[in-house]
Amino acid sequence: MSNMRSLTFDAIIIGGGGSGMRAALELAKSGKKTAVLSKVFPTRSHTVSAQGGITCAIASADPEDDWRWHMYDTVKGGDYITDQEAAEYMCSEGPKAVFELEHMGLPFSRFENGRIYQRPFGGQSKDFGKGGQAARTCAAADRTGHALLHTLYQNNLKNNTTFLNEWYAVDLVKNANGDVVGCIAMDIETGEVVHVKAKATVLATGGSGRIYSSTTNALINTGDGIGMALRAGIPMQDMEMWQFHPTGIYGAGVLVTEGCRGEGGYLVNKDGERFMERYAPNAKDLAGRDVVARSMVMEILEGRGCGENGDHVYLKLDHLGEEVLGKRLPGIVELSKTFAHVDPAKEPIPVVPTCHYMMGGVATNVHGQAIAQDADGNDQIVNGLYAVGEAACVSVHGANRLGGNSLLDLVVFGRAAGMFIESALNEGIDYLAASDDDIEAAMRRINRWNESEGGETVPELKRALQEIMQSDFGVFRQEDNMQKGVQQLAELRERIANAYLPDKSNAFNTARVEALELDNLMEVAEATAIAALERKESRGAHSRYDYPDRDDANWLKHSMYFPAEKRLGQREVNFAPKTVDMFEPKVRTY
Amino acid sequence: MVTNITNLGRSGLSDWLVQRASAIVLALYTLFIVGYLLFSPGLDYATWSGLFSQTWMRIFSLLAFVSLAAHAWVGLWTVTTDYIKPTGIRVGAQSIIILAIFVFLVWGIQVLWGA
Amino acid sequence: MSTLQVSLYRYNPETDSAPYMEEFQIDTQGRDIMVLDVLHMVKEQDNGLAFRRSCREGVCGSDGMNMNGKNGLACITPLSEVVKKGKLTLRPLPGLPVIRDLVVDMGLFYKQYERIQPYLQNDNPAPAIERLQSPEDRDKLDGLYECILCACCSTSCPSFWWNPDKFVGPAGLLQAYRFLADSRDEATRERLAELEDPFSVFRCRGIMNCVAVCPKGLNPTRAIGKIREMLLANAT
Repeated sequence: MSNMRSLTFDAIIIGGGGSGMRAALELAKSGKKTAVLSKVFPTRSHTVSAQGGITCAIASADPEDDWRWHMYDTVKGGDYITDQEAAEYMCSEGPKAVFELEHMGLPFSRFENGRIYQRPFGGQSKDFGKGGQAARTCAAADRTGHALLHTLYQNNLKNNTTFLNEWYAVDLVKNANGDVVGCIAMDIETGEVVHVKAKATVLATGGSGRIYSSTTNALINTGDGIGMALRAGIPMQDMEMWQFHPTGIYGAGVLVTEGCRGEGGYLVNKDGERFMERYAPNAKDLAGRDVVARSMVMEILEGRGCGENGDHVYLKLDHLGEEVLGKRLPGIVELSKTFAHVDPAKEPIPVVPTCHYMMGGVATNVHGQAIAQDADGNDQIVNGLYAVGEAACVSVHGANRLGGNSLLDLVVFGRAAGMFIESALNEGIDYLAASDDDIEAAMRRINRWNESEGGETVPELKRALQEIMQSDFGVFRQEDNMQKGVQQLAELRERIANAYLPDKSNAFNTARVEALELDNLMEVAEATAIAALERKESRGAHSRYDYPDRDDANWLKHSMYFPAEKRLGQREVNFAPKTVDMFEPKVRTY
Repeated sequence: MVTNITNLGRSGLSDWLVQRASAIVLALYTLFIVGYLLFSPGLDYATWSGLFSQTWMRIFSLLAFVSLAAHAWVGLWTVTTDYIKPTGIRVGAQSIIILAIFVFLVWGIQVLWGA
Repeated sequence: MSTLQVSLYRYNPETDSAPYMEEFQIDTQGRDIMVLDVLHMVKEQDNGLAFRRSCREGVCGSDGMNMNGKNGLACITPLSEVVKKGKLTLRPLPGLPVIRDLVVDMGLFYKQYERIQPYLQNDNPAPAIERLQSPEDRDKLDGLYECILCACCSTSCPSFWWNPDKFVGPAGLLQAYRFLADSRDEATRERLAELEDPFSVFRCRGIMNCVAVCPKGLNPTRAIGKIREMLLANAT
């Protein structure tokens, strides 16, 4: 390994999406030697696909709005395994973070008075659920993620952040004490493998929706950070919690924003009935996403689905009129025409619940520090490792994320991690350097692929993995199917361990990247499957036929998946916000 | 900002404006000449010479010549920077072009005010 | 009938001394799939094929390429829109150095984007809330901020082909105008000063290839016209 080049930074941020670039911006401004390492050019990251907006109590649509109401919605939306201290931090710091984005130039839509436009989204209420529907989601038409990501990239350019674009992080490097001291990374263009040394390694690698065959996620969402962390022995929190977005375009999986329903659209079954009125009499189509997705599946299972096979429902928007659609939802009109061959001004869009968001991830505190557990089950900080954004589980989303909260999560906790790392660096960080053996350990996986001489290829194995997850770990789950799924995944892991990379070339070898991604998909899928099998209750996005009720006595807890033993443990939920009273778990209705 | 020293006005904006203003002059001059030829069926040397002996026509013609020179320089300078990448050859070509334009301009003035 | 003949530009710097076209037969089963789906099917036949892709829904701008002679995004271009006589020819974006197969080196393109200082400049102390902007002022940014940096426009522009190091190109200029048009930006004079040389803006000859190929339906030529108007108004 002595001939391997190394790069040294104060902080290396793996991932160039919203959370990574927000953290990088904070560090770049402070003058720390920071680099963003991203497998795609940063504006190609999946944040770009976020549509509807960023939820935050900036009191624009309603001058009386209160961040505590937002916090209440967030905790309730998460079915009470949201960490309340984290939700408090996000909702109270949120306005600052959103105003900063505006000052950076984000082109928010506007109200007549010149303030930021806010639209209603699912699960939003005034006065702790007693004051009716709120409109709290700040929007740039239906391209908020695009506007946010480009704004962050632009401001990183302004502050001279170092970018390692089209570099792929292979694995974390740990020293003899178990501290994370950087990573092994590959320059995709040349194939050169480099040891990146850093005092702080930030996982901002986003989600992993590609473990399912039908997902709104980009093709790059392969859980690289989760995979790296699991291989480094770091436990994962709440991995069974996967959000299925109610409105993925049928057949294509492409997302149609909840903002459609926020602007007045609604779902209908084959009889033209607005069925959400039955399932959620108050919030109707703007109930929590898990509630809406389950209701849609119930309609389909009970024979009221639309289309030849009765396997989807319709999202009706034509009554909004062309002007509202053109002004507020122009991107949706485009996507519907391209992927559903439907003009939403004239016909309804065929939609179906589609895998959308990973609520679980690396457990962290509000500073982004990764948390493991010691032998007695106490929290233990993992030195040198941080996680932000979808890869992290801080946990503000609990068992079900509210629409518009992901963008807020990105900027609030990206910023918080940046600030914390800056002060930690100022105080001085000194970890033991990695030995040749430590580096060798992190190189094992890429070496295995490079030396493979025959066996099954990546595309077929990936398809097999996605089919298992889709059939056994979807919207509704049950013991026997999940047991079968876990078994099949165990077999698949063996097959992947013997899989073959035919193309060993160096220049822009995307086949090698996809092989490395497959390992990560495998890690995420297995963590998800085992956690889902072991959480014997229904809560938020995790719904079981065999355990249909929430079980607060045993499961008002985070799950913690330990990769070495493939064991599911638990971690206490935080019920101790600093400035407000905690929200007691209640029956969750909309 | 991209710097350069061989274009006409040192600024893209002034070149652009010069090219458009000169185009208008050239269009008007062309229209006038074509119209004059169309409406003067029995045109002979004396009439033609008489037209060009008038001061306003000489000024109009000189304006058109200068416009043509400027227009040609801006246009040909653009063409040389687009297509001739080796600096030596490009500067050589530009020198020949500017020399030719200069010669034609002086010659034109001589024709107009000579005789 | 459902077999599509795909002709692909191939070049691997490690093994090929020159690029060449390679033919593939793809069974589409008669479905009107996207060009990106076809590429994935080819990649199952030939693991070594290199192309960029990410969102697969036309918002990330990764998979800009030349399809039967016209630039566009593979993920939102259905076969029915491009295929002629059962044949699909795919080449990398023209005018940029090829790294491998359909992957081009976008360095020059990004450099021109960075040159126009693509970020809001306003040194006045920020208010405690957002800066106010009227809906009318915000409307001026529509058709500008939506650019996804896919480079379809700039790489179809002859002026950019001839002077990629000096002419900003349609994508960069669209963004230059996005900030010039923003009521919150205060660097108008400095921005214009950077653009008034004979190359940055004025190499645009109004060919309008950029408008013809933009997958987001944006109009860089119009934005360039507006920049010229601002330059003129500023200097006369």
